[in-house]
Amino acid sequence: MSARRIFSRPARFAAIAPYVWMVLFFLVPFAFVAKISLSQTAIAQPPYTPVFSLADGLSSLSDAFAALSLDNFRLLLSDDLYLSSYLRSVVVAVTSTAILLLIGYPIAYGMARLPRRWQGIAMMLVIVPFWTSFLIRIYAWVNILQHDGLLNQILLALHLVSTPVVWLSTDSAMYVGIVYSYLPFMILPLFATLTKLEPALEEAAADLGASPREIFWLVTFPLSLPGVGAGALLCFIPIVGEFVIPDLLAGSKSLMIGQTLWLEFFTNKDWPVASSIAVVLLGVLLLPLLLYDRLQRRQLEAQR
Amino acid sequence: MADEIATPEPAAEPAPSPSAEPRPDPQPPILRIENVVKSFGSFRAVDGVSLDIRAGEFFALLGPSGCGKTTLLRMLAGFETPDEGRILLSGEDIAQVLPHERPVNMMFQNYALFPHLNVRDNIAFGLRRAGLPRAETATRVAEMVALVKLEGLEKRKPDQLSGGQKQRVALARSLARRPQVLLLDEPMAALDKKLRESTQFELMELQRKLGMTFIIVTHDQEEAMTVATRIGVMNAGKLEQVAVPRRLYEEPASRWVAEFVGDINLFEGEVTAREPHRLRVVTQAAGELVAAQPVAPISETKVAVAIRPEKIRLALRRPAADAAAINCVEGAITDASYLGGKTVYKIRLDGGAVLHASQANTARLDADGYGLNQRVVAWFTPDDCVVLER
Repeated sequence: MSARRIFSRPARFAAIAPYVWMVLFFLVPFAFVAKISLSQTAIAQPPYTPVFSLADGLSSLSDAFAALSLDNFRLLLSDDLYLSSYLRSVVVAVTSTAILLLIGYPIAYGMARLPRRWQGIAMMLVIVPFWTSFLIRIYAWVNILQHDGLLNQILLALHLVSTPVVWLSTDSAMYVGIVYSYLPFMILPLFATLTKLEPALEEAAADLGASPREIFWLVTFPLSLPGVGAGALLCFIPIVGEFVIPDLLAGSKSLMIGQTLWLEFFTNKDWPVASSIAVVLLGVLLLPLLLYDRLQRRQLEAQR
Repeated sequence: MADEIATPEPAAEPAPSPSAEPRPDPQPPILRIENVVKSFGSFRAVDGVSLDIRAGEFFALLGPSGCGKTTLLRMLAGFETPDEGRILLSGEDIAQVLPHERPVNMMFQNYALFPHLNVRDNIAFGLRRAGLPRAETATRVAEMVALVKLEGLEKRKPDQLSGGQKQRVALARSLARRPQVLLLDEPMAALDKKLRESTQFELMELQRKLGMTFIIVTHDQEEAMTVATRIGVMNAGKLEQVAVPRRLYEEPASRWVAEFVGDINLFEGEVTAREPHRLRVVTQAAGELVAAQPVAPISETKVAVAIRPEKIRLALRRPAADAAAINCVEGAITDASYLGGKTVYKIRLDGGAVLHASQANTARLDADGYGLNQRVVAWFTPDDCVVLER
């Protein structure tokens, strides 16, 4: 029996596995959500109509299909609340990603330049916050930022302010929370790209007369762009849908789309509108993903 | 050693190019390395190297890996700073000058081409940093592209080039700034054998055409001998010998150089008689040998007699020549390797040692030479022997 025979069966299964996973845990649930987004809210169990049921025969099934409508999406367009929530989410995500990049890049760059034996320790330090529950860490920030919290106590003790500053329930508090929570997701892909850079490239640039600043902007930074893209996506996408951090740290004046969705689903018990919000959100998030994918493919084609 | 530079070569010696003939010129060397030391922790990578390199020379630093040759080159490029000593370029100490401020360029071992830039932008990189006007940069790049025969590939990215083409881009990029000295770090290590040979000749031609000073680092002695007008052999951070290729091979300055460069037979023995031009050396493995007195006389009595395999002739019986004028040793052939141009025999001498002898296969119709276990007489003249300190 040849070696190929022995290995081909599990290998073929392994190739199918991710597709099975995608269908079972993404496509099927999404189909449910999409269907509900086309339904109408009802005081019933489940709280929407129509309900597809084979028990009443095929004709009722076609009636149910006929009852589906795009009304919920029209509502999303007509009410400012939703548009402004989407907009705020995107603005918050873009701003946070930019701040994360500004803070994360120098850290990743410094880590990549550490001697090998220190790099592991630095990596541990970046990952170590994950050992504590995310929720507890956000509550810790509430504690630090509240009226008589640690930050105000320090500021008062140093006589930098005379009365406590309002930190909690502001956008600044929310940005602090987001940047703090997502920093490792920015640092790790950047670090991975920067450590893979051949040191000889920077030496070659120096040899050809490039100053340290020119070396960075002409060689190091352009070559780290794949890491920048990966880090930015890894942060941007979950931040757009972020719910916990703005809910606990930001004020309640304007909501991010995740909070609006929560409101529709749990407070208003309007599953169809909540579902349509989720469907549109997915569309919003697909856009940067597709863009990134196309850029990467173009890069690969250029290399060929 | 380093003082070799001042010694004129014997007139009879043919040199590969006119610049190899050291003129007693009053002009100072373009590059002077003075007592340079570089340590990494407790390891002295470069241990007191002094060396003069003349303008227009093609100089090779040859040595096994870890001998310090690359560290020395990196100090010339400015990537390492010497702990002690001076590096004078055109009379100016550049030991502390940063790499991007030196009129020296380097061609890197794996080329270190910028993967995000195309061929043209790679070559133009150094020119743009020098603030050359746009038009002049363009003409200089075109010049370089023509010089290394890369026309038509200007818009390709490094990933779309073959190994040989990448090597040319790297060469063009390092030459574009017209450096006073070009450093080449194992420039042909990544090429296959055939391509390497043709590239060596192209490199020599280029160097002669440009009249530039080239310093190449290599562990490949054939490559060093092919391209370089002068070779510095390094071992354990020190320069063992600096000489033209022929002297390095025929007059090695130390036992280490003799063994490192090419194949050699060594017989340890004691000097028993010193005649005006000859030494008599009694060896355990080959009996009494007569060797020519080396140029720099040896005062030691414990010596090693070295003979290159191709200097040894084989015969079925003792030649009729004056027994006092030649050395004869007898033994049986234990191994014969036919290599095309030559056949290398291993002969177990009656004294126990194994002798390597190579015979040129000069005629196509020759018989197969000597067979296994055949008894032969190996003979060589006193002038074929090099006497070295042990």
